[in-house]
Formats: sequence, C-alpha cells, structure tokens
Amino acid sequence: MLIVSAIVSGLSLGAMYGLIALGYHVTYAVSNTVNFSQGSSVMLGAVLCYTLWITFGWPVTLAVVVALFLCALFGLVVERFLVRPFAARGSNAWLMATVAGGIILDNAVMFSFGKEPRSLPSVLAQKPVSLFGAGVYPLQLAIPVVGIAVALGLHVLLNRTRAGKRLLAVVQNPSAARLMGIDVKRAIALSFAASAVLAGLAGMLIAPLLSVSSDMGLMFGIKAFAVAILGGIGSASGIMLAGFLYGLAEALITALLGSSYTQILVFSAVIAALALMPNGLFGRAAVKKV
Amino acid sequence: MVRSLLKPRFALSRRAAVLGLGAAVLLGGAPAFAQETIKVGLVAALSGQSAKSGEAITRGLEVAIDEINAAGGVLGKKVELIRRDDESNPAKGVVAARELVQKEKVAAFFGGIDTPVSLAIVPFANQAKVPFISVWAAGTGITRNGAAENYVFRVSAVDELVDEAMIDYAVKTYKTAKPGLMLINNPWGESNEKGLKAASAAKGLTLAGAEKFDNADVDMVPQLTRLKEAGADTLFLIANVQPAAQVVKSLDRMGWNVPVVSHWGPAGGRFTELGGPSAEKVHMVQTYTFSGNLSKKGQTVLAALKTKYPQVTTLADVTPAVGIANAYDAMHLLALAIAKAGTTEGPALRQAFYEIGSYEGLIKSYAKPFSPTNQDALSKDDYIFTHFKGAEIVPVN
Repeated sequence: MLIVSAIVSGLSLGAMYGLIALGYHVTYAVSNTVNFSQGSSVMLGAVLCYTLWITFGWPVTLAVVVALFLCALFGLVVERFLVRPFAARGSNAWLMATVAGGIILDNAVMFSFGKEPRSLPSVLAQKPVSLFGAGVYPLQLAIPVVGIAVALGLHVLLNRTRAGKRLLAVVQNPSAARLMGIDVKRAIALSFAASAVLAGLAGMLIAPLLSVSSDMGLMFGIKAFAVAILGGIGSASGIMLAGFLYGLAEALITALLGSSYTQILVFSAVIAALALMPNGLFGRAAVKKV
Repeated sequence: MVRSLLKPRFALSRRAAVLGLGAAVLLGGAPAFAQETIKVGLVAALSGQSAKSGEAITRGLEVAIDEINAAGGVLGKKVELIRRDDESNPAKGVVAARELVQKEKVAAFFGGIDTPVSLAIVPFANQAKVPFISVWAAGTGITRNGAAENYVFRVSAVDELVDEAMIDYAVKTYKTAKPGLMLINNPWGESNEKGLKAASAAKGLTLAGAEKFDNADVDMVPQLTRLKEAGADTLFLIANVQPAAQVVKSLDRMGWNVPVVSHWGPAGGRFTELGGPSAEKVHMVQTYTFSGNLSKKGQTVLAALKTKYPQVTTLADVTPAVGIANAYDAMHLLALAIAKAGTTEGPALRQAFYEIGSYEGLIKSYAKPFSPTNQDALSKDDYIFTHFKGAEIVPVN
C-alpha cells in the first residue's frame, strides 16, 4: 500500500516536472540558451487562466487560449529583451537577465493578483479514483498523458519535419542556416514562445492540484531544471523519463525514509548522476561539426 | 565681483537663519502639541502577504480607542494611534519601533503577526524601557525573553501553550492515544515539533511519527501514508493555509478520515476554497470568534466595527477575529495601566501592568492579567477550538 501509493504519487509529480522541463529543452535545442524564468511562465499560465475564467467570467476554452497566447507573448518578450541582446554579444548574462525577469514578473503578479492563494477548480480534480488501491485525481493521470504526448510531438516535429530540421540547423550553425535562407532570429523567438506556452500549459494543469499564487512557479522551475539537466537537455524523451525518475525518487524516499531526507537525498542523487554521466542519463555528448 | 561672490553667501545664511528659526518654532511647538494626546504605536505588516492581519489589528485598536476617547480619554488626554509598516521584515520592524519611541515618543506600542519581527523588537523595547505588547505573534520567546526587567507583554496565544491545548483537546475529544505530526518545514514547524513532543510526553502519549512538508508541495500522500501505517489516530497540523489545504486534499485522495487538530495557520486564508469541503473537518485554535452566541460586549464591538468600517458587512469580513479581539482587549488593558500609573513613563507604566485589577474584556474577564513571572494575559484555558463553515470560522460545538 505504502509503495503503491508512493509510485502513483511519484509518477504524477514526475510528469509535471517533465512537462515544465520540456520548455527548457525547446529553447536549448534551437539556441543553446535557456529561459530561467520558466517557473514564472508556469505561474503566469495559471494566474491568467484564473483571472480570465474565474474573475472575468470568460468561457473556459477562450480563457485557456488567450492565456496561452499571452504566455507566448511573454516568451517573445523574454527572448527579445533578456536573451537576444546578451547572446548577440556572446555574453552569458542572459542567464541572470532571465532570472531577474522571472522575479520581476512574480512581484508584478503579487501586486496585481494579490498574495492570497486562490483555487482553480477542475472537474478532473474533485473525486479521486482508485488505482491499485491508491486514490488519485483523474487530472493526475491526465498530466503524464499530456507530458508524453508533448514529448513525442516535439521529437517528431524536430526530427521528422522540414520545419523542425530547419530549427535544428539553426543551432548547429547559425550563419550557414542564415545563408540557406532560414530566418534564424524568428526561429529562436518562436522557440521561446513555444517554451513559455508549454510552461503555461503545465501551470494550468498543475493549478487545480495545488493553488494559484504568485510564487507557485519558483520551486517547480528549479526542480524542472534539475530534471532537464538530468535527462540530458537535448533529448525530449530523456527529459520525460528523468521527470518520472525524479518524481518517483521524491515520493519513494519520503515514503520509505521520511520527509526529512527527501530534498537532501534527491538533490545529492542529481549531483551524483551528473558527475557519473555529464550529459545526463539519456543525453548524448554534443558533437560540434565544423 | 567681490559683491557677487559675497551676495550668495549672505543669501544662503539668511535662508539658513529663516529655516533655523522655522525649525526652532516647530520643535518648540511640538512638545506642547504632544501633551494634548497620549500616543500609542503599532508596528505590523500593513502591506504584502500579511497586510490583512495589520488591518485587523488596526480595527481592534481603533474601536477600543474610540471607546476610551468617548469616555474622556486617559489622564484627561485623548489616545492617538500611530502606525508603521514592518513589511514582515525584522530589520524594518526595528527601525519603525525606534522611530515610534524616539521620535513620536509613544507611551507603548503594539506588534503584529510575525514572530521574527517581534523577536527582533524585544531587545530594543527592553532597552528603551517602553512597553511592547504583542497582539498576534505567538512565538514563546517573545514574552519569555529572559530580560531582568521585561517590558514585553502579550494578549494572544503562546506557541508552547497552544501545543499543550491541542493535545488536551485531542485527548478529550477524540481519545487520542497515538498522534502523528504534520509540520511545515520551517522554524515555526520546528518550534512546535518540540512543543508537541514535550506535551505528548507529559501526557504519556507515544507519537506515530513527525513528518514535514514544504510550502509548495503538491502531494502529501507519502508523508500521510507513513503516519497511517505507523498507526496514527489523530493528526496535529502546523502550517499556513496553502500547505494545510494540500494536506486536506491528500487525505481526501487517500480516503483517510482521521481527526485533524491544527494551530491557527489555516484561519488566515481561504481554507475551504483551497482545501475543499473536507477543510471544514479541521479543528483550529483561536482566541476569539464573532460567530455563535455573542456576549453583550461581543455584540457592541461587532456593531462598532460595522459602523466604523462600512467594508465589514458579514462575519466573514471579521475572520479571523483573533487580530481584532486581541488588539481590542490589549488597548483597553494598556489604558487601564496608564491610568493606574498616572504617567506614561516606561518604568512606572510597566509596574502598573502588574497592578491592573479586573477588566471585563471581549475574550474573557481578566483578573490580575499580568505578573512579573507571567507576561501573557491569555492562558491555554482561554483558547477556543473552531472550524471553518464556508468562509466563516465558527466554534466547535
């Protein structure tokens, strides 16, 4: 009973981490940069969905679509003002700039949305169903499905379609890609928009299980980055797998050893894994073709 | 050339003279003005996450001050409240306390919801010899601070006593024999872990375990499953509203219907909205609620709140009531102390706190509420157990 419920909890948590971590993968695959305000994009998706749907009373589908569109816009802004100016100079300052951007967004939301956590209702998170004797909300089962579908979709998009190959060409050799008529700037901007949309989607899926508040994204952002690195940031399927492993480790350690040890052991395991496999559990060493 | 060099200097010194004269007039006038009122201070969170707590305390103080002033004030002077925002930040709290004492010359001042802020102010209050009255923060060390001359008083719950009260209540209500602890992973959880363990040991109870969780944790099923497997028959919960709601939802998912007795954390937010219907089953410590059968005093204060603050329309608007009620009683007790002392000098005022006789308050009838060995006006018998009913906090029947 203890083990079964921990496995179910762990897999559903892991799927959330994986889904958010895919956002890191998308921008990394295209531009070798990462949006460290990813956690804030998670929060933005949930807060916008709550505001448009519950506060303004819009139909839920419209609220979701508009919220995701605004997330995409946020991703574009991050790329244009917090990444591009620094990356163009060959500087790594985009790292700190995106962290700062996230903090600014969190605080802006705190002032406008309020600090009090609110509840995003969902029919999929009201009545638990029994799975091998452990109770779960249907939403907890839906999240892994969405996560795996998104990971597969990204894999197919990047490796099997012309547009995807064009994107990958950008990261391998931006100037050659430009010479071949690929709009490099647009490709990178789009990847940031896509990454923010993925995070916003994750936020909406997670919110009914947690609650909506301005600081909800912080811990998710950090854990998801650990997952992205662990899985090998260049591999979508690796990231989803690493997400499941991370979630399982968290839940099993809590269940078997007690919650005092969870964070210490999980993050130690992350460090150990990276020391032994520097490219992540499922990543391959980057080969730079000259 | 020489003239033009000299002229501005002259002009400057003339301006300085005028400014100096103005300042002298203002400063000379200030003490005369200050004598017209007795100033009392408040250092509390007036903005940010806990802004609502500062608002509640303000309302309790203001209603009491109106009553005191309507009855002619204290020592023939009107009482005036001066508020400063600590933004839940200990450093800002100390700066605000210094300003209230040294610049505004308050006779005494009240503290807010945050234990860390109050703990930072305690040494300053004792050193400045100005009474500091906690009306919310429950950290044990605030009043039990080890100072030879203790200027810190409290009209609120005390963590250590809350832990004892929770155990007493659970044993009486649920025949608890093997409780499990669910604690937030921060210093507040830590200090209550100690208190609950000591109180359990004193009652001869064995613990099923003590589990921790973080603010942003989504799923507490693993922790709860451990406690369940270890045979927990009651849970003691120390957490604020969001993680407390996650505990309730996790219990729902497990289908585990176990009694939950909680510190007052969940009272500070939308517990039933976040935790769902099962949140109503959690019993929480409070010092006061305006719901249920109100005393005459309760009715008067509630009516005064509604008149003074048009935003107060339903009982959910005076939830949680602890900030209002504690502040209201504390202000009246302070006025009695000032009247007894016949002065606002710190040392005499401190002595007068110990000489307060009886006072028919909102929370209870106080009789000799303070002594040098007990600077807390409320004891564990004064706590009440409540639960949410919709958005309202009502006493447990």
